[in-house]
Amino acid sequence: MFAAVPGLLSLMSCATTPATVDAAASVKPVKERKKAPEFALKDVDGKVVRLSDYKGKVVLLNFWATWCGPCKVEIPWFIDFEKANKDKGFAVLGVAMDEEGWEIVKPYLGEKGVNYRVVVGDDSTATLYGGVDSLPTTFLIDRDGKIATVHIGLVSKAEYAKDIAALLAGTSSK
Amino acid sequence: MQKTLRLYWLALLASSLAAQSAGPLTVDAPQKIVIAKGQSASVKLHVKLAPGHHTNSNTPSEDYLIPLRFTMQAEPLVVESVVYPKGHDEKYSFSEKPLSVLTGDFDIIVKLTAPATAQSQMHVLVGKLRYQACTDKICLSPKTVEVRLTADVR
Repeated sequence: MFAAVPGLLSLMSCATTPATVDAAASVKPVKERKKAPEFALKDVDGKVVRLSDYKGKVVLLNFWATWCGPCKVEIPWFIDFEKANKDKGFAVLGVAMDEEGWEIVKPYLGEKGVNYRVVVGDDSTATLYGGVDSLPTTFLIDRDGKIATVHIGLVSKAEYAKDIAALLAGTSSK
Repeated sequence: MQKTLRLYWLALLASSLAAQSAGPLTVDAPQKIVIAKGQSASVKLHVKLAPGHHTNSNTPSEDYLIPLRFTMQAEPLVVESVVYPKGHDEKYSFSEKPLSVLTGDFDIIVKLTAPATAQSQMHVLVGKLRYQACTDKICLSPKTVEVRLTADVR
């Protein structure tokens, strides 16, 4: 369906593999970061959402699906992050990869009380981000629109909190 | 023209002899089955799932999970039944309750019937096994493995 993980790793320009996800949690130095690809996808209200709409913000870009068990674990964390940091220049943006689209995603968002923006992605979105085949896959994007780190698979809430705090503070960026 | 048809037929037969895979799941090439007109026969699909992965059973324990499912356009034969292995309950770090899953090697049994009106000849049938696999940390996008089997109707 999608391309394989190696493409995604080349986008990150690092040696992360799914087996070493936990060890690769810290954000990369600025000079090693690559520009996050731009996209235009529709949200639940049909409004077009572009990554560039978030210019100047730290963005947690989460690829997920309703059929993905590990993704379900992370959603409450992301709700908390959005609530705690939205006034600090931070936003969570979910990219649902369900083939059925809004028909299945919309009720799920209501059921989970998701308070952040979600768009529905497709194969081309996955390809843009180096071939997302494993879910969850989450990119943390700095205020300059560059990918600071990627987590493939379920990692801890603390790991995300640490990365978000570092990016909001502008630390680990030299 | 006849030569082209023969080559096409041979290519189809050859492809039915090879194992098919998509992602961590492989289906061994099923054995050719012989069915008498008006009778039924069963074919075993031997499935191998890579270590560390699990796939949902045909009857997942949660509504949101995608079941293992085999479908086939068997005409002129008829698919009478598909018998899936029973899932076993396993607990994962992402699930509050144990999930009904399949791991390792397992078999799916497909029962086919040849109507009395079917032509006496070899039929190459194409089925699709759709599955969605995960590990304890990640889930892979749903995948479909194409399975070809040869039925000799006599």
